[in-house]
Amino acid sequence: MSGSTVDTVEHAAATPDQSQPFAELGLKDDEYARIREILGRRPTDSELAMYSVMWSEHCSYKSSKVHLRQFAENPPASDAMLVGMGENAGVVDVGDGLAVTFKVESHNHPSYVEPYQGAATGVGGIVRDILTMGARPIAVMDSLRFGDADAPDTKRLVTGVVSGVGGYGNCLGLPNIGGEVGFDPTYAGNPLVNALCVGVLPHERLQLAQAKGAGNQVVLLGALTGRDGIGGVSVLASATFEAEGESKRPSVQVGDPFTEKILIECCLELFDAGLVTGIQDLGGAGLSCATSETASHGDGGMHVDLDKVPLREASMSPLEVLTSESQERMLAIVEPANVAAVLDRCNRWGVVATVIGEVTDTGRLVVDWHGETVVDVPPGSLADDGPVYHRPLARPDAAQDALMADSSARLPRPATGDELRETLLALVASPELCSRRWVTEQYDRYVLGGTVLAMPHDSGVVRLGDETSRGIALSLDGNGRFAKLDPYAGAQLALSEAFRNVACAGARPLAVSDCLNFGSPEDPSVMWQFAEATRGLAEACRALGTPVTGGNVSFYNQTGATAINPTPVIGVLGVVADVAKRVPSGFVASGQHIVLLGETADELDGSAWAWVTHRHLGGRPPVVRLDAERALAELLIDAATLTLISTAHDLSEGGLGQALVEACLVNGVGATVAVDGDGFVGLFSESTARAVVVTSDLEALVDLAAAHGVPAAAIGETGGSSLTVDGEFSVELDELRARWEGTLPALFG
Amino acid sequence: MAATARVGVVTFPGSLDDRDAARAVKAAGAEPVALWHGDATLHGVDAVVLPGGFSYGDYLRAGAIARFSPVVAEVVAAAATGLPVLGICNGFQVLCEAGLLPGALIRNAGLHFVCRDQRLRVECATTRWTSHYSAGEEVVIPVKHGEGRYVADAATIDELEREARVVFRYAGGNPNGALNDIAGIRNAAGNVVGLMPHPEHAIDRLTGPSVDGLAMFASVIDALVAA
Repeated sequence: MSGSTVDTVEHAAATPDQSQPFAELGLKDDEYARIREILGRRPTDSELAMYSVMWSEHCSYKSSKVHLRQFAENPPASDAMLVGMGENAGVVDVGDGLAVTFKVESHNHPSYVEPYQGAATGVGGIVRDILTMGARPIAVMDSLRFGDADAPDTKRLVTGVVSGVGGYGNCLGLPNIGGEVGFDPTYAGNPLVNALCVGVLPHERLQLAQAKGAGNQVVLLGALTGRDGIGGVSVLASATFEAEGESKRPSVQVGDPFTEKILIECCLELFDAGLVTGIQDLGGAGLSCATSETASHGDGGMHVDLDKVPLREASMSPLEVLTSESQERMLAIVEPANVAAVLDRCNRWGVVATVIGEVTDTGRLVVDWHGETVVDVPPGSLADDGPVYHRPLARPDAAQDALMADSSARLPRPATGDELRETLLALVASPELCSRRWVTEQYDRYVLGGTVLAMPHDSGVVRLGDETSRGIALSLDGNGRFAKLDPYAGAQLALSEAFRNVACAGARPLAVSDCLNFGSPEDPSVMWQFAEATRGLAEACRALGTPVTGGNVSFYNQTGATAINPTPVIGVLGVVADVAKRVPSGFVASGQHIVLLGETADELDGSAWAWVTHRHLGGRPPVVRLDAERALAELLIDAATLTLISTAHDLSEGGLGQALVEACLVNGVGATVAVDGDGFVGLFSESTARAVVVTSDLEALVDLAAAHGVPAAAIGETGGSSLTVDGEFSVELDELRARWEGTLPALFG
Repeated sequence: MAATARVGVVTFPGSLDDRDAARAVKAAGAEPVALWHGDATLHGVDAVVLPGGFSYGDYLRAGAIARFSPVVAEVVAAAATGLPVLGICNGFQVLCEAGLLPGALIRNAGLHFVCRDQRLRVECATTRWTSHYSAGEEVVIPVKHGEGRYVADAATIDELEREARVVFRYAGGNPNGALNDIAGIRNAAGNVVGLMPHPEHAIDRLTGPSVDGLAMFASVIDALVAA
């Protein structure tokens, strides 16, 4: 490095042989050679830093790109997509001139190092992605996974992450409408923190991340730029953790939700007034990413006077300013005539706004620092032409075959009524399946006044405005155990569950966002898992007619040689024409018929029962039944539209037993049911494409189910103060509730 | 009195439930008027709501900065002449900081933010904001706050109890450790009321646990029409 003096382009050209720390910045030999070839000289320190962050796994998707292509190249038929993959988030038409944009993203590594800020800035980052599309963010969700609930470090992570998600979202004024929490030892050193945001916009307010129109001004909005998060994407998100989390803490950003709140209100005013021609948020890789991407996707050139960037610390170097991941910043492209109006509106909201450069047609991104040029590169070489790897992949045959051969069939099963009762109570009280109330009570679900359904219902449902009855439904699901047994099926099962949950609320599933959490891509067996999961997901999306609109890949989720269970987390967005017809997941009244939809087989490999009662994971996951899922969804939507059902609850982890417990406890309405055949299989199998619904018109429902080709069996009636399984056992709801709700408070306070 | 009551809803930077409060005002039959924190005018409104949120981020202490805003100076002056003022959650915190109501709201006893559907007992149905309730009635209104634990010195608590200035009390469990289960209080004249629960989130069965909150806004409209 060049010490205290700034390494300029001129200096770099004159000192071709100066050694550079590219390996320490995460660049490989051939990548460094390619940078020199692109520039025709060695990169300056600033340029090197920019390439290292932009070509990191996190920003360039260099290992995943070849697999992700299938989502865009062969998407399912859908006329709902307004903006597909590649922008900050996909945009889906929901009718009435309204569009919805949504996306799920990971913030796993920062959350392990500093749980509160890691999780908080995960929420902040995904919210800015949604804002960037021109949308008003209207809700968030979170999917969280930790090590065993009673493991030594879990309490630190759970309490920190949950208060971080809540602290940021609550202060930002966004309702948290659902999500999931899981525990498994493979996440012990590598928690998963995936956050989803959804926003709504009138079609005409759609914004794109482009810097067009030479002479247009580049305006930086929001927080001051500091030393937080420097190189976060290359240091944290793109390498395996060893036991050195402490020293990486400066790489975690610090969130300020208040600044983000006023930034949102201010940007929406600017969009509505038509004052910006392009906008990009500053997330991973900070200014490096925002300037190179907008320039590359616009007219191709930009000149930036970097010393104009308002700094938190005056002594920052240009390299630090370019790679800082300070939060709550946006980059706007503004016509010269509108600059005064933009600055005026920002001033009213107390948002710092500074002209830092202008759009050019030179085809170069040029960055000056106090009059000297420190960066002069083709922006596309940073943003779009990063390395693409065809990583070797290999199914680990011996281990995978042994795992799949180790079926749960050898495990002892409960047989008597008392044993079934004890099994049900054990599952209900387990960290895997117990009430999430301890978590969700820390999240504001009411703010903005549009929340129609939130936890503990199957989907979050939000009305899109005061003047419309239209709403959206969202569900976020994943199952790392199934994906470990079979990553192809595991991804499809996650999609199936989210799809089913949305349909249970009475909504028509429209689109998908995915967050793909995996171990190191440098391990061929992990790459095999990834290839299988993406292939499975793409095929299932085609079968269900729901395109992937965007998402995020998180690699290097492993500690030492131990990778997490592969965990594709799938968000499905649906639309409800009339939110008054949404269907809740709890029993609402006594004396109604409980109907089980779908077919139950003996499918307990990878189940909650096998894991909770035997700590067993092996065999084959439940069969994926995409045709049956689609038929079930059509039935649920029709039944909701006809107001034929008062409750719908999907069957997933824990099977029918768990679904009945949850449906009973929402409103304290009991049930009496009969289970055909083997009581254990009937209660705890996790066969897919099933749901429990409640109706007062059994005949009409059975006819409708028959018309859709969905098996329907009346299994009992709602009412009473207990859950009773005829001939087997009965449990008072008070006892169920005590077991169900006691677990997380006892563990985490 | 004009045909339609005009109720101001203040927006501070960081206000979150301002739109919700305006929606509730409208649902009750009045006209909501947006008031900006930096404006030293109330635009002639007939009543004012200080909504929930995190005014100015609340990084120092909830409501501590908002009390110095130009609009709050106007609210303080107008309250002295009888203008009905309602502070919800962060608005309650601002009213305490501004000295319109006694006591303070501190960190919840459990240290967590708490969002739940909360049973409340109406203790005082004679204020401008609670005449549509009856004393002793139980209602369900959401709470959602991290700093909602009402505290005051013993003499102040005695005075509030003695003068029937406790307006709402938590029932079926105290979510934050507030003294005497106090959820909301009034000033001596009864025109200023502050409470931690959010009546604006209980105006529509589709989006709230009840419609019990609507009565607060209906009450003030009646008071204005009668005036």
